[in-house]
This record gives sequence, structure tokens and C-alpha cells, in this order.
Amino acid sequence: MRYLPLTPNDRQAMLAAVGAAAIDDLFVDVPESVRLSGPIAGLPPHASELAVERHMTALARKNLSAGEAPFFLGCGAYRHHVPASVDHIIQRGEFLTAYTPYQPEIAQGTLQVMFEFQTQVARLLGTDVANASMYDGSTACWEAIGMARRITRRAKAILSGGLHPHYVSVANTMAKYTGDQLVTALPELTAEPDTDKLIGMIDDETSCVVVQYPDILGRISDLSDLAAACQAKKALLVAVVTEPVALGAIKSPGEMGADIVVGEGQSIGVGLQFGGPYVGLFGCKEKYVRQMPGRLCGETVDAEGKRGFVLTLSTREQHIRREKATSNICTSSVLCALAWSIHMTLLGEKGLRQLAALNHAGASAAADRLAKVPGVELVTPVFFNEFTLKLSKEARPIVRELADKGILAGVSLGRLYPGEDALENGLVVAVTETTTAEDVETLAAALQEVLA
Amino acid sequence: MSINQSGWRPEMNAGERSDSATYTGNRALMLDEALIFEIGSLDTTGVDFAEAPKAASRIGGLARNKDIGLPGLSEPEAVRHYTRLSRQNYAIDLGLFPLGSCTMKHNPRLNERMARLPGFADVHPLQPVDTVQGAFEVIHQLAHWLVTLTGMHSVAMSPKAGAHGELCGVLAIRAALDAKGQQARKVLLVPESAHGTNPATAAFAGFTVEDIPATEAGRVDLEALKARLGPDVAGVMITNPNTCGLFEPDMKAISDAVHEAGGYVYCDGANFNAIVGRVRPGDLGIDAMHINLHKTFSTPHGGGGPGSGPVVLSEALAPYAPLPFVEKQGDQFVLVEEETAGEHHAESFGRMVSFHGQMGMFTRALTYILSHGADGLRQVAEDSVLNANYVLRALEDVLDAPFARSGPCMHEAIFSDKGLPEGFSTLDIAKGLIDEGFHPMTVYFPLVVHGAMLVEPTETESKAALDQFIGAFRSVAQRAKAGDTALKSAPHFAPRRRLDETQAARKPVLVWKEPAQAEAAE
Repeated sequence: MRYLPLTPNDRQAMLAAVGAAAIDDLFVDVPESVRLSGPIAGLPPHASELAVERHMTALARKNLSAGEAPFFLGCGAYRHHVPASVDHIIQRGEFLTAYTPYQPEIAQGTLQVMFEFQTQVARLLGTDVANASMYDGSTACWEAIGMARRITRRAKAILSGGLHPHYVSVANTMAKYTGDQLVTALPELTAEPDTDKLIGMIDDETSCVVVQYPDILGRISDLSDLAAACQAKKALLVAVVTEPVALGAIKSPGEMGADIVVGEGQSIGVGLQFGGPYVGLFGCKEKYVRQMPGRLCGETVDAEGKRGFVLTLSTREQHIRREKATSNICTSSVLCALAWSIHMTLLGEKGLRQLAALNHAGASAAADRLAKVPGVELVTPVFFNEFTLKLSKEARPIVRELADKGILAGVSLGRLYPGEDALENGLVVAVTETTTAEDVETLAAALQEVLA
Repeated sequence: MSINQSGWRPEMNAGERSDSATYTGNRALMLDEALIFEIGSLDTTGVDFAEAPKAASRIGGLARNKDIGLPGLSEPEAVRHYTRLSRQNYAIDLGLFPLGSCTMKHNPRLNERMARLPGFADVHPLQPVDTVQGAFEVIHQLAHWLVTLTGMHSVAMSPKAGAHGELCGVLAIRAALDAKGQQARKVLLVPESAHGTNPATAAFAGFTVEDIPATEAGRVDLEALKARLGPDVAGVMITNPNTCGLFEPDMKAISDAVHEAGGYVYCDGANFNAIVGRVRPGDLGIDAMHINLHKTFSTPHGGGGPGSGPVVLSEALAPYAPLPFVEKQGDQFVLVEEETAGEHHAESFGRMVSFHGQMGMFTRALTYILSHGADGLRQVAEDSVLNANYVLRALEDVLDAPFARSGPCMHEAIFSDKGLPEGFSTLDIAKGLIDEGFHPMTVYFPLVVHGAMLVEPTETESKAALDQFIGAFRSVAQRAKAGDTALKSAPHFAPRRRLDETQAARKPVLVWKEPAQAEAAE
């Protein structure tokens, strides 16, 4: 078997060396009653690379990939072009097959990348500091709520209606066990997000307000007043960014006063991957750093005075504090963070702004074109690369119908909020630099036909 | 004319280079590398874009006008930057990586090729389910393997890592108890030898953690456990094989006792590599077990993630499994989310993560599993156990192995610092191993063995690789016993000497600051 280097001769020699007559002697502590006498029945035996490739390729072919169709899905995962060198670099064995850098002298590669990533993330989000990644945006979001509770010693978190429903669902699940009381709402098909309404809800029991920027319908609004209102009541503002490319065009939540900024980094470097693995971004103000979950990399010097990097502030973490840890996290998403960082380095500030401009221009033109289709109304006039349309019919069946025709038309609000009649005609459309004008025409024509 | 114009000649030694500085600070192939903030610029980009078409701006006055501070590099510079950094890392691809409890086995490259097929890599999680039947089928097939290998009832695929899987299992237990009106059961019993994530997870879920003592033989003390069980105990979290690398022979009795007392059994599956295909944890009566796909099933560690932690569940806990999951209905695969949970999954404790889980890890793990098959996976367990025992017996004369006399170990061997001279510690041995060209073993874990050194070679090491590792470990251990002070300042040959972790914690520098900024801050 190609992954097992021991030969039958090796095994014989080694059994002799350890004083065992047969391999079963080394499993002597396993009670007879639970010993399996041979390979489990009903499962196939080992297979060649060729056979496995055939099997997996056949399964892959059963999926309609984004590159094969006009593609308009967003809502928390975005299709961007990742430069070819990113994937090559992350497959270098020294990155791919390295471990968590607990022995820093032989892990400076990983550690320096983590330090660069932390800096890039902090600057992009507009925060003082950032950690070396979380599992994804949704877990980063609930960890932020927990962090706000620890800092403010309050339990009431107000979640904007514009927060991704999966993120709300995750927060609701976790709140059952942490004692957080969540105030949630559905989004409304209006041009403005619910920022003003949230301001009116903050009181002395509020631990934090959680807003998404841009929100689930693609809307953006200034967070400065909301940040000030939170501060006035000593609550924290948590901003959630699910499309970080947006921050190449619009102000960062940090510079508008957010205390904690979290997000999903997927759209830079990582690819769609059917939902995972992704990379959670987590940044905050300097004064809160010791309450931050997740790994942190810090700069230091070695015995010869050379600059180096190490994992630091580990007393927050499970391997030191055990039940008193800020979180139970062990693994993070370092390889995805590496991909993110490489892509961001290749872009640079100039490239990121160009990428953002391309996205926005494409989305703006698409919104104009689609709004001309009879039965289509643009709900959200202010957006980055994602906007919401109101169709004259229920959107979810239309998305399915168009999928059968080989068009991936976006995410219906009926898919995200099943049973909510007020939202059922809503369709969220994302446009990136990978979307062509032909794609938009195809979608427009198809919508025209199906709405007639 | 003399031959050998450019080769070595005796008189060349006269100019022997002492260990002094080079102009660059480099040492031949050992290349230092600055930060992107020191070599990049805000005006440089390594990506070409078309001009943005003219279109109305609709970002409503929120334009980001100030510099962000993100330097760019051209492609050649970027490739060089990251290639140089990569060469400062140890990795499985370079050599034996004996980290106990981490299962640092070879990461097959077929996995990488399969994960990158566009049908898996370029698919959006919210696409209509008819367009992603192949992806669901991967999840379903992997789920079938995991359930069959463990002898359990069902599996929750969505947790994003081992610790996340622990949380899933513990929350399922909480949900099951609450459903029976047993909120009073607030205590989880956890061995002192447990991985730190176990008590951290239990505490997060609102449980109080109490220690279970161990016997002299390094196993859970069954009688002490039974004595502690009662109406306030929700259950236990056990690792089997345990963190000392030993199988818990009383595991079934433990499960029976806990069930009889009204509790549930969580099993930490980090050490599944030792028993895959030879023992089914379900036969030992457990209720939930997370499986680290990045350990037993070879998905790459990547420098610290991403992982994946699906959780196999007993029939008792299956109703509480989190959303979403994939089910086969007739010929079709469907995704059960909040919307359709209604009839059959109404008791789910809820959603743990957006979308469906670590699909990229599922394709890799399924590829690995199909490659090995049932016979190959069984061989994996056997070879991993044989390799660990080979290392144990080869070193038990030079290092204290606290459980070596009482029988074989499983897939990892544990040594202690007993017998090391004054002033020499496990840490010194670890750092000495670095100079020998190895990543150190796991050190100071588990807490129950003093100065613990936990060695897990895995099954993908050849006998020659093991022999070399054993020789190096022996050499370093002997140097420690002989009081070789050079060990105290090891490593000497790594890209960095020992680093000042105290300073890093006392004055944390977590982001780059331009020199002017940094001075102003002081």
C-alpha cells in the first residue's frame, strides 16, 4: 500500500525487537469481546490512485460549478479570481505539512506569515490588532458576542436584521448555553439598513450591537452614529464583514468606531469550496486584546538578538488555562490565512482598490440592466458588489428554474428565510470581477422570460 | 596545467571561514527574509486588472479615502518572499514529526488534486441542491465510512475542528439531558490527563469539570469513577486510547456505569489512529466521539489548521445532532436545514456554523479512505502501534518510560524526565532534537507524567527513518545525562536560537508599526 513504508520483513524484524510474536500481542489491552477479527465487512479494500480518481471525478462531475454557468451567488461566500501563484505556494510542503508553531525556532515561516496576516487584517478592518484567524465568520461572530459579554459583564446582545441568518442561527444556538440574551429581527426589503432602529434599542443592559457591513441584502451605511450611541451606553459595537473586498472601496468599521470587527475572509485567496474550509477574521481595539479568542503571534528577539516571532498571550488559551480559557479553540485556519495573506500581498493596496472598483462598477451596471427587466425592482440603491431585487413573483422557484437552465441566478430570500412572506420575492445578486456583461445579459433575458 | 581547477585543494583550509557574519546575514541556503511591510510598497501590485468600466458610484459617501497600509509585491518578489519563508519551517515532508497526540502522518497529494477539482472547489454552498448532488454524495459516503468504522448510529459532519466537535458532542449531551428534565446534571468528569480542550469545552457548555483520578497503571480509576457518579453527573469525557498512549481496558465497564447512573459518555477521538479498523468505539458503549480528520484521516495540518471534526453519535444522542446535515431520500440527496428540520430533527440543538462544514477536508479524507480501504486502514492502526512500540523499546533503557514495564503502548510512547540530572529538563532534550533535524515530540503533556515526552511516529515512517530518529533521540538523551551544557542553549543550527517568549507576552507587539509610529508609541 503506497502510503505504508513498512515491508513484511520490517514488520517481522520489529516485532522480534519488541518481543512480540504477532501484532495482536501489542493489542493485548483490548478486550476480546471488542476485537475485530479482520477488515470490517461491507467496506471496499484499498484502491489505486487511478481508481480513486475515477470515483471522485465522477462525483465532481455531478456538480454544476460556478465556472460553468452565469453565476450570481453571494450571501457570505463570493467568487473572486485567485492568482495562480497562491495555490502553488500553499502547496509547498513546508507550509502544507507543517504544524502549529509551538517550536518557534523551526517555524519562523508560519509565524512570520501569521504576523503579516495579523497586520494586514487589522489595517483592512481598521482595528488596532487582529488574531491569526478563526474557523470562519460565523464562529468569529459568536465569539465576539461572548467577548463583549466578558468585557461589559452584560448579557443582552442586539443583532441587526441585516446579519446573515446563519450567523444569527449560530449565535442563537450558543446563547442557549452561555446565558447571552439575543435580540434579533428579520431584515426588511427597504433601501436603508436598520441602523437607526438599532440606535434606539441600546440601553444600560446592552453588551453589544452586532451589525453586518455590507449587510445580507448588500446595503451599506455609516456606522459612526451607531458607534457613538453604543459608546454613550458603554456597550460595544461589533461589525461583521462577510465580503472583505468591499473594504478596498468603503470605509472600515474600525475607523467608524467599531470596537470589535470580525468577518469571513473567504473571498480573498480561498475560493468557494462549497462552504469550507474558510477563514475567520477577528480584530479589536488594543485595550481588549487579552479578551480576544484564538491564536496570536507576537514579535520578539532570539538569544542572538535577531528578530523573531512566537505564539503569545497563550494564557488566554485552552492548553494553558483549560476550563478558564477564553475559548475552547485549538486549531485555527492557518493555511487559509496564508492563502489570504499571499493574495493580499499580490494585490497590495493599489490592486485591492482596483479590484474593488471593478466589482462595484460591474455590480452597478448589472443593477441598472436588471432593473430594466419588467417585473424587477431594485430595492437597494446603495451597495458595493451585492444588491437585492424584488421580483414580481416568488424568487425561490425562479432560482430553481433558472438553475435547471444552467444559470446560477443568486440567492433567494426564500432560501435564507423560508416561510417569511414579506421577503419571498427577494433575490440577492452578487457581481464580482469574474462576472461578464454576457452573463448579466443572459440573466436579464432569462428573468424577463420567466417573469412574463 | 593542473587538473581540478575549481575543486578543493589542501591549501584552501588556510583561509577557513570562522563563524562570522556575511554581508547579507544569510548562510548559503539559509536565507533571512524581511516583512512585506519592509520590502513592499503601496503602489506596487502583482495582479493586473482591466480598467473598471464607467458606472455610477453607489457607495453613498462611504468611500475609503485614507491609505489602508497594505503593501504589494510583484509576482516574482511575492513568490520569492513566501518561498524563503517556507524554508524556515519544519514539516512532515522534511522528516519524522513525532508529536504525540497530533498524528503527523504523510499528507497524500492525491487528496490535494481531488479537492481542487472544479466540481468540488468552485461550487457555492447555497446553490440549489439539484446542482450539487455530487458534493452531497461525497459527504454522505464519508459519513457512511465514519459511522461504519466506529460502529455508531449517525454522524454530525459540520464541526470545523476537533475542539468544535467536542463542543458538538457536549452540547448534544446537554440537549439530551435537558430534554429529560435533567438540568440538575451539571458535572462532567474529565481525567487530569485530558487534552486542554476537554475542560475548556465543558466549561463553555456550562458544565463544572471534576477530575477523575488515574491508577498507577495510567488508566482511569474505575472504582473512583463509580464512587463519584450520581444524580448531579452529566457524564464523562474520556480519551481512548488515552493521552499516555494506553488503551483503557475498562472502557466498556466505564460506559455501562455511566449509563446506569443516568449520564452519557463523550470520547475524545484524537487517538483513533491506534485502533481504526481493529476496534469500533461504538462497541465500547460511547455516546459521542469527534474524529479529527486532520489526524487519523490525513488532511493537512497547514501550520495550524484548517481542521475538521465530525462527531459520531449513538442512537441516544442522534436526535440532538446539530443542523445542517445531508440525507438520502430515494435517489436524491437533500440538505436538512432549519426549514426542514421539523418532523425528524425537531430536537436538534441547532446550527453550529454557517453553511455545511469543511467540504475541502471531506474530499481529502474520502480520497484517503478510498485509497486505503478497509484492509489498508486496519494496517494503518497496526503499523502505527508497531512503530510506537519499536521506539519505546529502543529507548526505555536511556529514558524513564513510566508504563513500559506493564505492557505495550498503543500508537504513542510516553517518557518522563525522571533521571535527568539537576538543571536538565525535557525542554533541553526537545531543543537538542531540533539540531538533529527533527521536530521535537510533544512536551509537558499530559500533565500526569512529570516532564512528559509523548512520541507518536505514525505508520508512514519507514524502519530506517525510525532507526535514525531513535539514534538521535538516544544521543540527545545521553548528552543530557552526561550534563552537556551545550544543550541548555540549543538549538544552535536552526534559523533562530531560543526566542524570548516572556518579552513577547509582557510587551506584546502583534502588528507591524512603521518605525516613526513605533517610536511615538514608546
